[in-house]
Amino acid sequence: MSEGKLTIICGHYGSGKTNLAINLAVNAAREGKKVTLADMDIVNLYFTSSEYSGFLKDNGIRVISPTFAVTNMDVPALPASMGSLFDSDGDVIIDAGGDDAGATALGRYSEMIRRREYEMLYVVNMYRPLTAVADDAVRTLRAIEDACGLKATAVVNNSHLKEFTTASTITDSLAYANEVSSKAGIPLLFTTVPRTTLKELPTEEYFNPIDVYVRTIWERTSDESDDQR
Amino acid sequence: MSEKVLMKGNEAVAEAAIAAGCRHFFGYPITPQTEVAAHMSKRMPKVGGVYLQAESEVAAINMVLGASAAGVRSMTSSSSPGISLKAEGLSYLAGSDLPAVIVNVQRAGPGLGGIQPSQADYWQATRASGHGDFKIMVFAPSTVQEMVDLTGTAFDLGDKYRMPVLILSDGLLGQMMEPVVMSTREAKAPEKPWAACGHEGKRKHNIVNSLYIDPLNMEEVLRERYERYETIKREEQRCEEYLTDDADIVIVAYGASARIARSAVDAARKENIKAGLIRPITLWPFPDKAIISRIPSTKVFLCVEMSKGQMVDDVKLVVSGKRDVRFYGRTGGVVPTPAEVLAEIRKIREGSQ
Repeated sequence: MSEGKLTIICGHYGSGKTNLAINLAVNAAREGKKVTLADMDIVNLYFTSSEYSGFLKDNGIRVISPTFAVTNMDVPALPASMGSLFDSDGDVIIDAGGDDAGATALGRYSEMIRRREYEMLYVVNMYRPLTAVADDAVRTLRAIEDACGLKATAVVNNSHLKEFTTASTITDSLAYANEVSSKAGIPLLFTTVPRTTLKELPTEEYFNPIDVYVRTIWERTSDESDDQR
Repeated sequence: MSEKVLMKGNEAVAEAAIAAGCRHFFGYPITPQTEVAAHMSKRMPKVGGVYLQAESEVAAINMVLGASAAGVRSMTSSSSPGISLKAEGLSYLAGSDLPAVIVNVQRAGPGLGGIQPSQADYWQATRASGHGDFKIMVFAPSTVQEMVDLTGTAFDLGDKYRMPVLILSDGLLGQMMEPVVMSTREAKAPEKPWAACGHEGKRKHNIVNSLYIDPLNMEEVLRERYERYETIKREEQRCEEYLTDDADIVIVAYGASARIARSAVDAARKENIKAGLIRPITLWPFPDKAIISRIPSTKVFLCVEMSKGQMVDDVKLVVSGKRDVRFYGRTGGVVPTPAEVLAEIRKIREGSQ
């Protein structure tokens, strides 16, 4: 059994962890890889990756969700099947909850994770007020690392303003992303760019095109909203 | 902070309260409202304010009452079951002529219900948020930007009319993120000569109270208060109209339902169905003037809510049998889709041909 790649996505509330996790999972699945996406967000129960499990499963991705995900229950519980993540022979992507509070559940598996190679991506969005200053973003990262007992290996710059994202929204965030990276002492892996904005940007920076999956019900097409019902 | 930032509705309402000069927040956790309190707990210490997690919702609303009686801008927030617990305190605030801002991020009910979004607290908000003869102002934002703008307005009008103001949000609006620009206007609370904040021996002491020993005296106080309510009904109605000028079918929807309805109106227009939207921004006072003005040109009104039908009562009262008033809703934490609302619009059109 060949061990697949383990990627953990952490970050501040609303930094775009779920949208990035879905993108990474879909990309890997399209490359023909066996992928499992684990939703470990038991702190915030809206706009989680479990909401998209229908779409993910259609793309051949295995999804492990909190026991009461997408229900009316506010019971923070993870199923026993979450433990099977670490026996998986394919790629594993873990979508952690926001901030230190959300990353606490991840700590339950830290021993198993530390035994193997992993990458832990710290997602930042400069337009989120509480992490808009690099020092605050690094402080949030340290609190997350303390809560889950794991160290982030790279920063992902996911700075955007939803549908108002322009090329300058992204270029304006590059200095910030580099500052977070240097103050945190870990590399900046890439900067995400909505696929529709990509052509307006120069190519010298390391931009990573992404699709926008996480949307409100009135922003989705009718097919998508039926899928999630 | 005049540039665009990305915020959740819950964070926006908290940040806007701070911008409006609120330095006293008393909270208690409940999903899907918790980010309001979480944001306040991070921000209040940085602006020299008080964030206090009370021992219960009942305690929190009474702390708001105390702070407001002392003349400062204060706020609390909760979700549906927690708002029910605040009912007594809300009534005392109204009975004491005290301003305060209360946020309800609605979830499914009755009972413990569920954590998914809902609009089933409309009756509670507009009819009976506590015991006794009283009204509170109710604002219904439908975007994160409006959360910001209406929070400032809620503090201003609460002070102006000396009454509690409710911001009726829901789980969807509270949890979703949109770009917003925080207000840069200077927050200025009016002088509050009635506040019990220390007279230093220079004036007669103020009493903040909702008990009246003489029934005739109390009746007079209520008469005066209801005159104020009439002024509010005349002057403070707010709503937004969208494509209503030539509309045969007018949807009436507020909050997150209005976002869904607006998508359905756009889809209907593409099918050459003349649909429009009236979106109440104040639920009390209910924007009856706007609806009355559209009765002559409208064939059918359609009320869309995340409930079994509550605001539809107010629409029917205003329309007074002059036109057909239909209802479409989903409840229990289920959010209606634009496609479902479009299907209702098509049904109405087929029926009227």
